Amino acid sequence: MLSDGSVFQFPGFGAYSTRIGELVFNTSMTGYQEALTDPSYAGQILTFTYPLVGNYGISKDDFESSKIQAEGFVVREVCDAPVHSNSVRTLDRFLEDEGVPGISQLDTRAIVRKIRNVGVMPAALQVAEKEKEIDTDALLAKAKSLDYSKINFVERVSRKEPETIGSGSKTCVLLDCGVKMGIVRELNKRGIEVVILPYNSTPEEILSYSPDGILYSNGPGDPALMQKEAQGMKELFDYPIFGICLGCQLMGQAAGGKTYKLKFGHRGANHPVLDRNLDKVVITTQNHGFALSEEGLSGFRVTHVNCNDGTVEGIEHEELPIFSVQYHPEANPGPQDSGYLFDKFKKMMK
Amino acid sequence: MKKNKPLFKPKKVLVIGSGPIIIGQSAEFDYSGSQACQSLREEGITVVLVNSNPATIQTDSDIADIIYIEPLRVEFLEKIIKRERPDGLLPTMGGQTGLNLAVELEKSGVLKKYKVKLIGTDIKAIETAEDRGSFAAMCKEIGEPIPQSVAANSLEAALSFASAHGYPLVLRPAYTLGGTGGGIARDEEQLRDLMTLGLNLSPTKQVLVEESIIGWAELEYEVMRDSQDNCITICNMENIDPMGIHTGESVVVAPSQTLSDNEYHMLRNAALKIIRRLNIIGGCNIQFALNQSTGEYMIVEVNPRLSRSSALASKATGYPIARVAAKLALGLLLHEVQNAVTKTTPASFEPALDYAVVKIPRWPFDKMPEGNRTLGTQMKSTGEVMAIGRTFEEAFLKALRSLEIRTPKLADADLEFHIKSPTDLRHIAILEAFRRETLSLEQVHSLSGINKWFLKKLLGIVELEKKLSSSSLEPELLLHAKRMGFSDRWIAQLTGKTEIEMRKMRKSLNMLPVYKMVDTCAAEFDAKTPYYYSTYEQENESTSRGKRRVIIIGSGPIRIGQGIEFDYCCCHASFTLRKMGIESVMINNNPETISTDFDASDRLYFEPLTFEDVMNVIELEQPEGVIVSLGGQTSINLAEQLHNAGVRILGTQIEGIDIAEDRDKFKQLLQKLNIPQPNNGVATSEKEAIAVAERISYPIVVRPSYVIAGRAMQIIYDSAELSQYINEAVEVSENRPVLIDKYVERAIEVEVDGICDGKRLFVGGIMEHIERAGVHSGDASCVTPCVRLKETVQKQLLEYSEKIALSLKIIGAINIQYVVKDDKILVLEANPRASRTMPYLSKAIGIPLLKVATEVTMGKSLDELNMPRNPPVLKHYAVKSVVFPFLKLRGVDFVLGPEMKSTGESMGIDFTFPRAYYKALLGANLKLKFAGNVAISLKDGDKERGGELASAFQSLGYKVSATDGTAKYMKGVLNMKKISEGTPNILSLLESGWLDLIINTPSKGKRANTDGFKIRRAALERNIPCITSFEAALALAEALAEAKNSELSVQPISGYYVK
Repeated sequence: MLSDGSVFQFPGFGAYSTRIGELVFNTSMTGYQEALTDPSYAGQILTFTYPLVGNYGISKDDFESSKIQAEGFVVREVCDAPVHSNSVRTLDRFLEDEGVPGISQLDTRAIVRKIRNVGVMPAALQVAEKEKEIDTDALLAKAKSLDYSKINFVERVSRKEPETIGSGSKTCVLLDCGVKMGIVRELNKRGIEVVILPYNSTPEEILSYSPDGILYSNGPGDPALMQKEAQGMKELFDYPIFGICLGCQLMGQAAGGKTYKLKFGHRGANHPVLDRNLDKVVITTQNHGFALSEEGLSGFRVTHVNCNDGTVEGIEHEELPIFSVQYHPEANPGPQDSGYLFDKFKKMMK
Repeated sequence: MKKNKPLFKPKKVLVIGSGPIIIGQSAEFDYSGSQACQSLREEGITVVLVNSNPATIQTDSDIADIIYIEPLRVEFLEKIIKRERPDGLLPTMGGQTGLNLAVELEKSGVLKKYKVKLIGTDIKAIETAEDRGSFAAMCKEIGEPIPQSVAANSLEAALSFASAHGYPLVLRPAYTLGGTGGGIARDEEQLRDLMTLGLNLSPTKQVLVEESIIGWAELEYEVMRDSQDNCITICNMENIDPMGIHTGESVVVAPSQTLSDNEYHMLRNAALKIIRRLNIIGGCNIQFALNQSTGEYMIVEVNPRLSRSSALASKATGYPIARVAAKLALGLLLHEVQNAVTKTTPASFEPALDYAVVKIPRWPFDKMPEGNRTLGTQMKSTGEVMAIGRTFEEAFLKALRSLEIRTPKLADADLEFHIKSPTDLRHIAILEAFRRETLSLEQVHSLSGINKWFLKKLLGIVELEKKLSSSSLEPELLLHAKRMGFSDRWIAQLTGKTEIEMRKMRKSLNMLPVYKMVDTCAAEFDAKTPYYYSTYEQENESTSRGKRRVIIIGSGPIRIGQGIEFDYCCCHASFTLRKMGIESVMINNNPETISTDFDASDRLYFEPLTFEDVMNVIELEQPEGVIVSLGGQTSINLAEQLHNAGVRILGTQIEGIDIAEDRDKFKQLLQKLNIPQPNNGVATSEKEAIAVAERISYPIVVRPSYVIAGRAMQIIYDSAELSQYINEAVEVSENRPVLIDKYVERAIEVEVDGICDGKRLFVGGIMEHIERAGVHSGDASCVTPCVRLKETVQKQLLEYSEKIALSLKIIGAINIQYVVKDDKILVLEANPRASRTMPYLSKAIGIPLLKVATEVTMGKSLDELNMPRNPPVLKHYAVKSVVFPFLKLRGVDFVLGPEMKSTGESMGIDFTFPRAYYKALLGANLKLKFAGNVAISLKDGDKERGGELASAFQSLGYKVSATDGTAKYMKGVLNMKKISEGTPNILSLLESGWLDLIINTPSKGKRANTDGFKIRRAALERNIPCITSFEAALALAEALAEAKNSELSVQPISGYYVK
């Protein structure tokens, strides 16, 4: 049930459950497990544009967080007989185990075209045992009740307690706004100890870990709700800082910029971004519904631009070792072409 | 980071085409070459194009600025370079042929001499990728795993590798295309055999001997890179068949279905690493093997050029790889090139698919049942089909019915053989095994190595079949079947209905397909491409319609008898309609061709060419009419059904088509017109056939009615042969009768291509066959204008042709074939459609016949179009020669007969017939010497004229050897023994490398294992030309004499038309 009143009644999978969320789409052709467990999808019902989903099952390893973060999953066909040496269960079972509803067999391309034309919209997804359990009026009311931009989803997905992962010669404090574990793995791989702190940790708390660098992670929701965290970042400008996705938007706001909502966001693994520092185009994984406006940024310059629509994809401080990108250099899912940004971050940690 | 220095930007670029269509090198290079030419011209560059294949769009004046139809040989290319003085050469658009020529031009110093620079990927990259040794070294350097191998220059080197690594081993000769000469050696004997062949075929006398990774999954990535090191992946593709057979022989699905995100990107990373290290500028194809139990992978092969796979990737994604690659060669960067599909986003992105694509190869075994069907590392398929669906099953089943193949009945006992070998029928056999429940999924998996994901899908198809045949057809079940890609016809068969009933029922339930767009971006952006496929879902996207629109039915996969020529015809119709302000709507399923390019038509539907799929598009589009006369037999065969369904057929009406195709009605027509034809009759049984044969006397030509390219046609000399044939042919043609014609011996065959507007016929030219009558017209070489036919005979031919065309009420193209004996003309057949010679004839006379045919079909008169009364008078000769696939198809004899066997054609054009013939033969890749050793063995009937032939070659400087029977008619020749009599015989001389040319005219019959068969086969495998027609041999001697004594010149094709 979409908030514009359109109804799609098709076979469900996963758990018997009713959820509401902002209906968004992702154009990746692989990586459904990574996407579902990406905390940035909190509060959203995810549609995969690629029609055949679940082919290689669910593995033990490909988690970006401990659970499914999306509210629901919309696919053209869900594979009930996956084949892969790492597969331990089916996608259907995975959703069922995690209490998340899914819907299949519907014209997902029609949904994507609708979102593309009118923008993302709230929706309600119900999987019911019997048809008569479905009350479309109630679902419509539920869908309409959702105001995505008002909800602090970061609060919901961020760790409540500090956690240290890996070890190494350098220490990075990572502010968990809904971090994907891929980011932690990339840092660990480079010999960096990662101290993950709740997103609302104060500068004092952060500095108590004597970090060599600070990373602001990705996360869900409207970045405008995170003014306090953005302002807090300014106090840490003596340290190397790397922002990813939501972290980039926070940095932008710290620099005096504003964010705005995109019509249907950037979600996929094929977005070309021009890195002005290198004068090169990289193919990136993206997952954001809001973008940073170039106006009002002070002390920062725009280093990365989306080749498709010209939106800001990265900024960097004019003098200090502080930078961020709107996309996901840790990939998972998606192209692993942007690892060099983690190298850059490590170099900054003196 | 340091910037690479800007690339050299040329002003005039030479583009080399790929020559005749052969197995492994098909229409995809006309597609990539044409796109590249147009792309270069957009940037203000003058393009010089050379190709020996006239049936190509790229040799049309709209595509390149200056066009040469000349042999693709270094000496001719040098002449062209000398004359045109291009400053750039784009080597990567003409397949392996174009690439090898560019390397040769560079090596021989021609490029340096004339200051021509290679643009795009440089010679070093090409050499590293192509030379197995240096490629292995490069992979080692960058830490990419490859199978253990040795680049062997001798048999000894291969044997010593084998003793260290064991068997099986995979052999790949260097610099050959389509894996020619490659194979798998399971023991020493096979290794010896394949090494000898491979060393003979490789231009560098090098064979890569490699440890086997048979059974691993095979994947391909199409990647692109610009001069500033920006890299993107266009598409990845998964071979359903595991390692062990050539990727061109595999059923392929895009994108990959069984790879996790990590695996997908592991291989993508490796692909980008390789393209960077090689310094590719443009497109590149990289093949991987992946062990799906361990996650281990290896690099199998890299093609540093546009390829068959890149054409498939372009069609699968909508991304025009060749167009972009040409821009990158000029130094443009990926993000500076526009995505021609969305027209708003740049080309520097990776296409996102929201559908599944399946490609299935098309094999020639329906024509060559005696060929060895087992597939391996060298290609045997001639073409391919592609289908798109929202489920794998939908795409797979649509592709299957696009093949237009009647599947032979397989015996229970043979299923395992087909699956395990594997043969071309393996997927059919798997479905059968599941249907008959003779093999389990596990068993099929262990026999075939095919990933169980695919096998489960195939099993699911069979399960649905069973459900359909066992339960009542509820709408829900029907919809499910349609969404799984089941055709109406199949559902009807399973449920005991007719196709028409099924269609009615489906329509009454309002169960109609919707059409989705192929837009490169999974609907993320609003795309402008009118490129659609059908599926059974909710939203139809094909809604925009112009005022006037016409549907053109394409010709499907490239196969023997129906090649690129018909795609050429369809493209021209589309271009012409658009020029006339009428929307052209194309339906086709061949991913290699230009007709399925997203901008060739106003709308493209990538669909099977069955009645159901075509009719669905017609009902959606509501066109003013449908053109069926250009897509060869595929489209004309649909005419009747479409007509019965109330569709308006444009041009020649169904009655005329029927008379022309029905032997009996055609015979009556000729009698009425008082035009003679060879004695003939019709028979429905063996007994009747023998009676007819005796009435008209042997030899006879027999064939089933409604034929495609001489399918099952044969010359028969006695009743024993006839009985044997009937037993096979009746099986082939079911209830259709057998047609019997008197075979006119020692006659000249001619054909005309014309266009009729209902008032008069314009004949483009009379084409005279060089071989004697009896060779299928598609296999015969021919020349226009005539060299042997008298003026009066030609005049009468034109009169007959006009009479026939007018009485068939032809509107548009017609092709009529005749045989002429002692100045008497007999009609063989009339084809009420564009023929395969029309592109060649258009190039020969400089009149775009297909454009005229389309305009006439749309109602214009020949007078309005200023077409002359008579064929244009030419001051030059244009010869069409053909190429055959025999080298790739072991076990097949290459005697020419009434059944067509060639895959492609070349054209030679010059001011004398011998010169033009010589050029045509070179264009068809014949290795001809002006002097040397020729062995001649002639059959009875030819022997008597042996002296004439021998002295023609002797005066050239050839030493002639002949077998006793032939030698007695000759003077000054060396006598050879027959093979059974000991050495030296023709075979031993061949094997010793002493012979340079063989002339062997075969005796009657189809029997393999004769001496002649062994000789022809041996010649083929040693790349020694072997002429099997007496007339062709004489013409060759004449051609060699003239070419030897005078310097051959080149000139642009337009230079010949000047009046």
